[in-house]
Amino acid sequence: MKATPSVSVRSRIPLLIAAAMALGVLALVPLVAGLYQIQLLTYGLIAAIAALGFNILLGYTGLLSFGHSAFFGIGAYTVAFLLRDLGIHSMELYILIGVPIAALASALFGYICVRHTRIFFGILTLALSQVLYSLALKLFWVTGGTDGLRVARPTLLATLLNFTGPGAFQRFLTAYYYYVLIIFAICVVMMWVILHSPFGKALQAIRDNETRAAFLGIRIRQFRWLAFLISGTFTGLAGILWAPLNGLATPDVLYWTFSGEIVFTALLGGFRNFTGPIVGGIVYTYLKTYAVATTEYWQALLGAVLVLLVIVLPTGIVGALSQIARRFGVKRVP
Amino acid sequence: MAILIIQILNSLFYASVLFLIAAGLSLIFGVMRIVNMAHGSLYGVGAFVTAWLVGRAVAYGLSSVWLFLFIPVGAAVVALIGAVIEPVLLRPFYRRAEEYQLLVTFGLLLIIEDVVRFFFGGLPVTADVLMDAVPSIHIGGLVYPGYYLVVIGVGALAALALWAVIYRTKFGIMLRATSQDRRMASTLGLNVGFVYVSAFAIGCFMAGLGGAIIVPSQAAVLGMGIDALVLAFVVVVIGGLGSLQGALVGALIVSFVRTAGIQFFPEIELAVLYLIAAIVLLVKPTGLFGSA
Repeated sequence: MKATPSVSVRSRIPLLIAAAMALGVLALVPLVAGLYQIQLLTYGLIAAIAALGFNILLGYTGLLSFGHSAFFGIGAYTVAFLLRDLGIHSMELYILIGVPIAALASALFGYICVRHTRIFFGILTLALSQVLYSLALKLFWVTGGTDGLRVARPTLLATLLNFTGPGAFQRFLTAYYYYVLIIFAICVVMMWVILHSPFGKALQAIRDNETRAAFLGIRIRQFRWLAFLISGTFTGLAGILWAPLNGLATPDVLYWTFSGEIVFTALLGGFRNFTGPIVGGIVYTYLKTYAVATTEYWQALLGAVLVLLVIVLPTGIVGALSQIARRFGVKRVP
Repeated sequence: MAILIIQILNSLFYASVLFLIAAGLSLIFGVMRIVNMAHGSLYGVGAFVTAWLVGRAVAYGLSSVWLFLFIPVGAAVVALIGAVIEPVLLRPFYRRAEEYQLLVTFGLLLIIEDVVRFFFGGLPVTADVLMDAVPSIHIGGLVYPGYYLVVIGVGALAALALWAVIYRTKFGIMLRATSQDRRMASTLGLNVGFVYVSAFAIGCFMAGLGGAIIVPSQAAVLGMGIDALVLAFVVVVIGGLGSLQGALVGALIVSFVRTAGIQFFPEIELAVLYLIAAIVLLVKPTGLFGSA
């Protein structure tokens, strides 16, 4: 939404109900769906968190990053290092240690990158992320090179949930789904609060008119830096959650084409809407999985979808749906 | 001493290929303000087409002198592809935001990679007959492939030819006028659409030529374009997007650093290149020779 009018508490109630219903539906999925679907949906939720983080830059600050693979990869490799070098098995510790590391890396990258905008920003983020990729690839005695590093199943909730013995994999998948779902819900709420705070409005002001925002006294570079920091941290958290599910941290997630996938995700859902990246993350995961399953040439299929999307649906799935909804008289779609 | 000469020649060889890719990328950006993410993949197409044609011709027993003709043919095929891509896929996006242009070319990259896989399969295709057709030379007792010198020559010639076209012909004036102010050029009666499609085709020709001349020395493999694109980015970032001299100097810097890197610090060779690009962007965002 380009301009969100200040909403009173009453107009937020339908929104809260809709969000609670969506969460409820997601919570009920494991009761009806098979294990494979649960696993796929977990991947989808993780992709949604990554895209949500990415979109504070593209959708709300107007900066297109082509280097978000860096933060996703940092998250994933942090988990792998913590497991291998420190023998940590607890998911909570992964998150508690990994998120500050991702934040630190984002702060550093952001400090450098926000000096530029537009195409130079994109290339700078790409170049910096490729520094990490080439290090992960070449320093194979640290990172395992192209083989990557194995990530074993962690324990959840301190050591309350431990996954060994028969049927451990199945129990892990279901428990991990709820684990990711709760973190996902927290992320969505946090992002909603951030984007609807004065800070979030300031970012949108910068996006829409940098000069005017500067005249209003907004410190543009500092705000962009903060947006970058938040963005990278969320994407890093997605990487942390992804590593145990995937069981392996490989340099693929640091390569620049993976950044392209994150961009794709946000665009697919619609980067002008808050819910766009969430829908995009889940839909993209299914799209890719089924494209890979049906054809050897899935990359071309995804590429064609991307080109068509830009031509026909530049506002993404959610953007198109909200347009249809508006035509039928619904006033505001989040 | 002989080792030093060989390393310098290796750098120049590598610089020639990089220059061809980066100059095309830079030309397209300079004229059309589009960063073509599919550019590396087009370089890959040039390599695959040439290698495949050479392989066919060898099977029919064509003598190796004629085989060299397939290098410009491979490049021309890529130019043709470019001449189709620009009006069909890119033209609708000039008025749209940069992000969309980037995404369309990214989608194109994904498509081209798979089209190459569809036509040429997943196995490497070689054209080393061409490499063997050029006699080796001796440098201080060491044997050096003469074909590398041919590539260096082609790179130098391409740089000269491109410079002559842009700065010494009427078409070059049209190109530069369109690049400076598209609307003004259009008002003065220039056929901007024609300039765009030719600029894009020339850029693609350069990329295809890069692929075509490298394929005798190393096999065409899937994904070669994706790796090449990032290096071409490094080149144009160092030299300055949209600048011909920049692409030349950038290609030389990258090749010499890379050759030195492989010799002295192989683990961080690529990381150093990306870091150089990042530092240049920080200190002088328009690159060494860029103006925009």
